[in-house]
Formats: sequence, C-alpha cells, structure tokens
Amino acid sequence: MINFSYTIWIPLLPFLMFLLLGLAGHKLKPKLSGLLGTGGLGLITILSYITAYRYFFTSEKVNGAYQKIIASNFTWLQFTDKLHIDMGVLLDPISVMMLVVITTVSFMVHIYSLGYMKGEKGFERFFAFLSLFSFSMLGLVLATNIFQMYIFWELVGVSSFLLIGFYYQKPSAVRASKKAFIVTRFADLGFLIGILILSFNTKTFDFITLTDPMGTAIAQGGGIAFLGLSVMTWSMIFVFMGGVGKSAMFPFHIWLPDAMEGPTPVSALIHAATMVVAGVYLVARMFPIYALSAPVALNVVAYVGAFSSLFAAVIACTQTDIKRVLAYSTMSQIGYMMLALGVSGYGGHEGLGYMASMFHLFTHAMFKALLFLGAGAIIHAVHSNYMTEMGGLRKYLPITHITFLIACLTIAGIPPLSGFFSKDEILAAAFHSNKILFAVEYAVAGLTAFYMFRLYFSVFWGKDTHYSHEPHEAPATMTIPLIILAVGSVVTGFIPFNKLVTSDGKIFESELELMIAIPSVLIGLLGIGIAYVMYRKESAIPDKLAATFKYSYKWAYNKFYMDELYLFITKKIIFRYIAEPVAWFDRHVVDATMNAIATVTQGVSYRIRGFQSGQLQKYAVVFITGAIMLSILFIYLWK
Amino acid sequence: MDILSLFVVIPVLTITAILLLKDTRQVRLVSAFGMGLQLLMAAVLVYLYLSARHAGNIDEMLFVKDYLWFKSLNIHYAVGVDGISVAMISLTSLVVFAGIFASWEVEILKKEFFISLILLATGVFGFFISIDLFTMFLFYELAVIPMYLLIGIWGSGPKEYSAMKLTLMLMGGSALLLVGLLGIYFNSSPDKNQLTFNILEISKVVIPLPAQRMFFPLTFMGFGVLGALFPFHTWSPDGHASAPTAVSMLHAGVLMKLGGYGAFRVAIFLMPEAAHELSWIFIILTSISVIYGAFGAIAQKDLKYINAYSSVSHCGLVLFAVLMMNQTAMTGAIIQMISHGLMTALFFGLIGMIYGRTHTRMISEMGGLMKVIPFLSVCYVIAGLASLGLPGLSGFVAEMTIFVGAFQHPELFYRIVTIIVVSSIVITAVYILRVIAILLLGPTTNEHFEHLPDAKWFEKISVITLIGSVAAIGLAPFWLSTMIGTSMHPIIERILALNPF
Repeated sequence: MINFSYTIWIPLLPFLMFLLLGLAGHKLKPKLSGLLGTGGLGLITILSYITAYRYFFTSEKVNGAYQKIIASNFTWLQFTDKLHIDMGVLLDPISVMMLVVITTVSFMVHIYSLGYMKGEKGFERFFAFLSLFSFSMLGLVLATNIFQMYIFWELVGVSSFLLIGFYYQKPSAVRASKKAFIVTRFADLGFLIGILILSFNTKTFDFITLTDPMGTAIAQGGGIAFLGLSVMTWSMIFVFMGGVGKSAMFPFHIWLPDAMEGPTPVSALIHAATMVVAGVYLVARMFPIYALSAPVALNVVAYVGAFSSLFAAVIACTQTDIKRVLAYSTMSQIGYMMLALGVSGYGGHEGLGYMASMFHLFTHAMFKALLFLGAGAIIHAVHSNYMTEMGGLRKYLPITHITFLIACLTIAGIPPLSGFFSKDEILAAAFHSNKILFAVEYAVAGLTAFYMFRLYFSVFWGKDTHYSHEPHEAPATMTIPLIILAVGSVVTGFIPFNKLVTSDGKIFESELELMIAIPSVLIGLLGIGIAYVMYRKESAIPDKLAATFKYSYKWAYNKFYMDELYLFITKKIIFRYIAEPVAWFDRHVVDATMNAIATVTQGVSYRIRGFQSGQLQKYAVVFITGAIMLSILFIYLWK
Repeated sequence: MDILSLFVVIPVLTITAILLLKDTRQVRLVSAFGMGLQLLMAAVLVYLYLSARHAGNIDEMLFVKDYLWFKSLNIHYAVGVDGISVAMISLTSLVVFAGIFASWEVEILKKEFFISLILLATGVFGFFISIDLFTMFLFYELAVIPMYLLIGIWGSGPKEYSAMKLTLMLMGGSALLLVGLLGIYFNSSPDKNQLTFNILEISKVVIPLPAQRMFFPLTFMGFGVLGALFPFHTWSPDGHASAPTAVSMLHAGVLMKLGGYGAFRVAIFLMPEAAHELSWIFIILTSISVIYGAFGAIAQKDLKYINAYSSVSHCGLVLFAVLMMNQTAMTGAIIQMISHGLMTALFFGLIGMIYGRTHTRMISEMGGLMKVIPFLSVCYVIAGLASLGLPGLSGFVAEMTIFVGAFQHPELFYRIVTIIVVSSIVITAVYILRVIAILLLGPTTNEHFEHLPDAKWFEKISVITLIGSVAAIGLAPFWLSTMIGTSMHPIIERILALNPF
C-alpha cells in the first residue's frame, strides 16, 4: 500500500494561503502577494501530478480495478451514531483526474493573472479569493462523503460570488454576483433535501458505502415508492438539482452568462474549467446509484443535458459579447458531459458514456480555459467585450491568434485535436443508447463549430477595425499559459481514458468508431465553412438571415427571455406578492391585534378608574344610594 | 463561595464599584474590567467543566450548590451546570463583553447606562446557572426589567412606545410562565407533602398527564414570547429598532435565548409527554416563524428591522428544533442559540457602528460603504455569510445539525415540515445579499459619506471577539457539539423513556 497521507496538504495549502493573504495581504506588497499565491499553487500542482502518477501507475489494483483510497479522514461533526460529517481525502480515478485538472488550470490562471490583474486595486484580495476558491474546489473533489462535498459545494459558491463581484463598485457586477449566488443557492436547496432523504434511508453519508455496487444502499434503493418513483430516485433527482444549478444547466443556467462580469481569469478558472463541471462530477461520483438504483433519475440527467446543450448552442450563435458566447458554449459543452453520463451504463463497455464524459471534462477544461484566457488577452488589447467592435486582430496578436485558433479547432472536433476524441466517444455512447439524443448532439456539434468560428473570424479576420490606440500582444505572463494550454489541448486527446477513468475502475476496450467519427468531423467542417462564408469578410448575409428569421432570431438573441422570467419571479412574485404582503400583514394584522389588546385594556381602565377616585363624598353618595336601593328591593321582595 | 455564584457576584460587585465612582470616565473601564473578568471566569468554567467530565464525573449537573432560602415553600437558591448551560454562559459573557465595547461612547447618563446593562447581564447569568425554578424565574424577571429603562431612556425613535410594548408583552409572557411554573410546583410531588422547585428533583417524578396538558402550553408559550414565537413576536422589531446598540446586542444575543433555553429545560424536559402530544401545534407555529420571519425581512427598509425579522426566523428555528425532541435536533437547537447569539450581536453591533457614522439606518439612503469603511463592511459581509449559513462559520453547523436531526423524525409529517423549513436557507440568502448589495457594494451614493472614519480600537475589539467566536465554532464544531451532546444524552433518555416513539 502506498502512503498518500500527504495529500491532505493539497487542499490545506491554498487555505493557509487564503488566510495569509486575506488577513495580512494589505500589508504585503501586491507583487509579493501574487507571487505567494502563485507559488503555493505551483507547489500543489506538482504534488497533484506526483499523486496522479503514483495512483495510476504504481498503486496496486484489486481484480484489475483501481481502488478507492481514503488517504485521511476525521470526524468533523457528529450528528447521530451513524450519521457524521467527516473531513478527509478520497482518492479514486475521478478525484485524481480532477486534481490534475484543477491544479493545472488554476496554476495557469494564477500566472496569467499576475499579468492581467497588474495594477488593479485589490490585487492581493484577488489572489486571496483565488486561493479560497482553489481550496474549496479541491476539497469538493476530494470529499469522502456527500456532506463534505456539500460543504465545499457551498464554499465554491461563495468564492464564485466573491470573484464575480470582484469589481464591487460596478452595479452590474454586484447584480451578477447576487444572482449567481441566489440561483445556485436555490438549486443547492434541492441538493440538501436530496442528501436528507438519501441519508434518512441509507443511514450514511459515506461515498464508498453509498456507491458500493454490492452494498446495501443500492440494494434497498428500489424500495418505498412515492408518486410512482422510488425514494432513491427522488433523492437522486433532488441531488441532481444541485448539479443543475452549479453546472448551469437549463433552467438554472441564467446566472452563468451574467457571471462573465467577473475578471476574465476568473471566468476561465471557475466558469469554464472547474466549478461549473462540479455538477457533472457530482453525478459521476454518485454514478453507481444512478445507474443501478435510480435509472429514471439518470434519464432526467440525459434529457436535461441534451436540452441544455442545444438551447445554449442556439443562443451562442446570436450573442455579440465574446465572453457570453463562450459562456453559452460552456453550458452547451457541459450539456454534452451530462448527456454522456445520462446514456451510460455501469461497468465494462456499457460504461462508455461515463468514460467519455470524464474524458470530455478533462479536454474541455484545457481548451475552454484557453479560449477564455485568449478572450482575456483580446479584451486586454482592445478594451471591449463586443465582437462588433473588433476585427483583423490577427496582425496585432499573433500568439493569441494561433492559440485561439487551436482552441476553436479543438472544440469544433477536428482531428487529431483532443476535442475530437472526447466528443466522438460521447456521440458513440449516445448513438448506442438513444438515437434521438444522438441526433440532437450531432446537430449541436455543427452549431458549435459554427458559432466558434463566427467568433474567430469576426475577431481575427472580418472588417479592418480602426482602434483608438494600437492593440498590442499581451505580456509573457499571459502568453505562456496560453501556449501551455494550447499544447494541452492538442495532446490530451491521446490519453487512454478507457484504461484510467472508467465507471467500475477496470480497463475496457474502446475503438474509434469511424461510422460516427467521419460524419461528426464533416458536420464540424460544414459549420466552419458556413462561418467562413458569413464572417471571413464583412458580408451582408448575417443581417439578411437575421431579418428573415426575425422572430426566432430575436428570441434567441434575448436568450429566450429567461432573464425576464427570472426577474418576474424574484421582483414581482417574491418581493411584491409575498414579502411585502407578509411585512404588511405583520404590521397591520398581527401587531395591530397586540396593540388593540393594549388599547382596549387602556380604554376600559379609563372608563372604570372613576370607581376609585379617592373622593369620600362620591363614595358616600354611591354607598347611600346603593343602600337605599337595596333596602327598597329587599322590602319589596319580602312583602 | 462556589464558582457558579461568582457569575452573579462579579456583576454585582462591578455595579457597586460603578456606583461608588465619582469620575464618569472611569465607568466604562470598570465595566470592561468586570466583564473581562467574567469572560475569563467563563473560560475557567469551561476548563473546569471539561476536566471534571474527563475525569469521569457523569452527574447530570456539576458544581451543584444548594442553599435553603424560604423554608415553608421549599424555595432554594440552587445552582448547577451541565454542558448546555456552560455553553450558554460562555455565549453570554462573550456578548456582554463585546456589548460593553460597542457602547464605549454612550453620551448621556453613562453611569446609569452601564449599571442597567450589567444588571441585565446579571439576570441572564443567574438564569443560566439556576436549577431551581423559583430562582430561575427571579433572574428571568431581573433580566427583563432593566430593558424598559435601557430602551426608554437611551433608545431612539418612538422609544417610549417601543419600551412599553416590549415590556408589556414580555410581562404577559411572564404571567403565563408563572402560572405554568406554579403548576409544575404543585405537581412536583406525587403525595403532595414535599413540593419542590428543583428541576433535578422534579425530573425524577412524572407529572400527571392532565396537569402536563394544562401547564405545558402555558410554560412553552411563556418562554416562547421571549423566543419570538409567532404570533407573539411583534415586540421584537419595534424593540430592537428603538434600543441602543449594546441593548440590541444583548437582547437579541442572549435575552431571546432565555426563551429557547427555558422552553427546552423546563417545558419539554419536565413535561415531555404533553410536549410530544402537542408538539404538532407548536411545530406549525415555529415553522411559520421561520418562513414568515424570513419573508418579512426581505421587505424591510430599516437595517434593524431586517435583523429583527431575521432573528424571528432564526429563533423560530431554535424552538422548532427543540420540539423535534431527539438528540441531534436538540443539540442543534443549542448550537443555533449560541450561533445566532454571536452573529446577531455582531450584526446589531455593526449596525450601531454604521448608524453612528451615517446617522441613518435606511438602506435606501446608503450605498457603496465598502469603499469608505472597509473594515466594518467586511465584517458586515462576514456576519451576513454566517447568517445565511456559510460553511466555516457557526450558522452552518447549527442549521445542518437541526435539519439532519429533524429529518430523522420517524413521522412523515415532521419530515415534510422540515423540508419546508429547510427552504428558509434560500430566503435568508435573498435578504442578506439584498442588504449587502445595496448597503455596501456599488458606487458610493452619498457624498457626505466619502470621508467616514473606519472602526476605532474599541469597536474592533468588540467585532473581532464576536467574529473570532463565530469562526471558531464554524471551523471546529466538534468540541462544542460533543460538549452539548453529552449533556443532552440524559435529557433525551428521560424524554424517550416517557415517549417511546
């Protein structure tokens, strides 16, 4: 047995860095804070790579399967004899893979930010928040039990909130951060309810016990029914709701485009590569339960994923803010991953979708981070987010141009770049399971190629825009991460995921299915071709098309009015029709009743206080009158 | 002199010292010293308590002292603590300590202000150490009455009205409570010859069920008024809004906890059968408190009102959890009391400090304070995050313990209500973030606010004490949870023995 106990430092180090930079950051020189944060992350990146190497290549397998290893664990909070929150480190293929993804992208983003955020007010605050985020995200993926995951789930939510609202004096950023927090919080409510139901029935939070395919949790899952679905299915649907929120799936996706108000490196790290895939990771983590005990819930995952990917791809074709295009693209790609999990089975070749999903998660992290960081370099150069104000940038930004092109080709699924391999596996998995979902995803592949190259051509080619001051290439701190990630996007496709990350930890054979690969490349090329015709040079076609399909274009351009719906619910329903009436009711009914009691008491006492005026004459009059009346009465009665 | 009585003696000595002082400027120093000493004593008490437990002492109450006070009615001055009361005492001493520093710059009648404040604290400390119902009630009244003066004299806005309303409503609660306590007293002995007020002794007998049915609602509601039970919570918004900073801190921080603590220690512990039978009524009322308070908070415009409604919601959760009557939920209730006490004291302290600078509490009149007073603003954000239950701060620990505990209830009705109550975490997030966004973030709207001074040293002491405690509980909840849980054990055993469910 190899000793992995040092892995506890992988999440702890960023936490210590957060405390240091958060408490003493303003006393340090900004540059030093940045270097400290980056250095700390570099260190844990190395640690993660070592861990990955040791886990995948030197640790012992049992029956040909990778083992789940608890590297450290202690009880953090005891609820009942059986239910307790532990804090610990669980190593298994997906958590080790996520370690590599998170530390790599986070390290790149740290380096990039040294250049991008230079001279910004709150530089040390930025790095403190980045460290907090890295800590939370690592804690999330390494969680040994579902409650630990929930804890870090909330923490990534708050780091995302803090980072989106980094420019806290900008009202739009404040609104966006608030929206992100509340929407995901609402989804997390589902997650929490799911945990409560799950733990009530299984009496454990522990992942290993829960997801043991032979274990009691899965065996008893089919049990008690409610509205025709088993309790396990209900709890898994609720848990998935949390994933829908965090991963910006329909209908909780509305926070993600607005989250682009945050600094661009943050968008690359949190809203493209790591945090938004937490929902996918969550489903993957609970996968044996979904696959073996709650197939209906797994179907929900598949359909939500497929719908979101199509929905987002259509919107992405109409947006003009480059970061928003990328945001919708992220949503669409995560939809792919969800779909892949949803169509997957458990074990062996059945688990192709599971493997494909994790594979795509890995490659997507590389190329999407690259796209965002590239977008950051562009924005840095031209001081605008809108593609309409850009064009012909290939001359000014050579390195950004080449790396961006690589990323676009990767996401469009052109061989031999990594996106081709991972997307192909997803399409293959969908093809073997559900033809309708396959058709949807096939169309989305074409749309993806189209909108990415629409972006690419309008920014780097297109019309020659006149800039108020000449754009210049970003400094080395920014271009080096771009180059590294570009290399990553090219080579990661050759990693044999079927030997490393599979649903049951065992190796299975998978081959490239040409019957699916060739058409998917063709539709990608078609998308690129259309984009070339429309956007390579300035042309009237896009406007004409938009005019022809006026209403559908308008709907897509306005994101199908989901934001308006959200505003209607929060502003109108919750605030105007619930909160304000409650406040009014409290003041004018409940409180008024209490006041009325007081007023009545007071009024009555005013009336009756005359009885005790202290005036003897009055008492005498009352006494004598009373005595006389009583006497008359008695005499009259006795007579 | 036993250690527990020191918690009453130290404040009394402090008050005497203040009375003897000629120089009013020294008043606050003496108060700070007295309450600092009290905080130290609380730490010593925690240490002594834990080491006694560690040494294997499994008595239900430790450091028990009993002095006969009034023979014919068998009234004693009896004190004793278990893990729960030790935790409450620590909470009280922290909040009082922070409260002294938060009112460092009281302008009028300094001497009288600090005397009333410490008198209030004396009552609270006395309440938590008592194990005799009569002594307990005495201290309870001692805590409530100075409130009238504190709000009526040093308050703001319609202070006379608020002070009167608060006092009358709490006195109404006391009246119910007194009837309930007397009812317990007259049923405390099966053969009626040795009636007693001592909680431990009463817990050895079983109060007849008809009597329980009659006196449980009275006792529970009597304490519930102080614990802001719907619909008897309306003293809270007005009272808090008019009260001076330190009084709001103490009131929401510790005084409202008397309600929750009493409801648990007296009403449920001594009358578990009626509690179980009638719990559904109060579960519904407390669930209304939780959700209704949170929605009420969304629509408020005054910072203190927001917090008052938020307290209704959070304290409702305490009573809700107590009524679930199982180990986990009740432990959660105690942690929630402590957590809410610290965090609401922090909130009210910060609101007072902000009000002292901007001279308004209307959120619409403020904006962008983060840039101007970063220290106070960051602390406000931390308080907000604690309140909405962010992991790593105390609110999360408390709420999760309650939710998980309540959801273990064997009856479906209780689990469904729990799910409804759980949804308050979203509503809480809405009102907290709304305030933070309007108050602290965005551009600075009022040019008069551009040169406000940030926190002074005494304000920092007050705020850091509270934030440190909130974070300590949030990061390492196991010791607190274990200390409370261990003491909860015999209580739950008694409840379960009488109510096999």
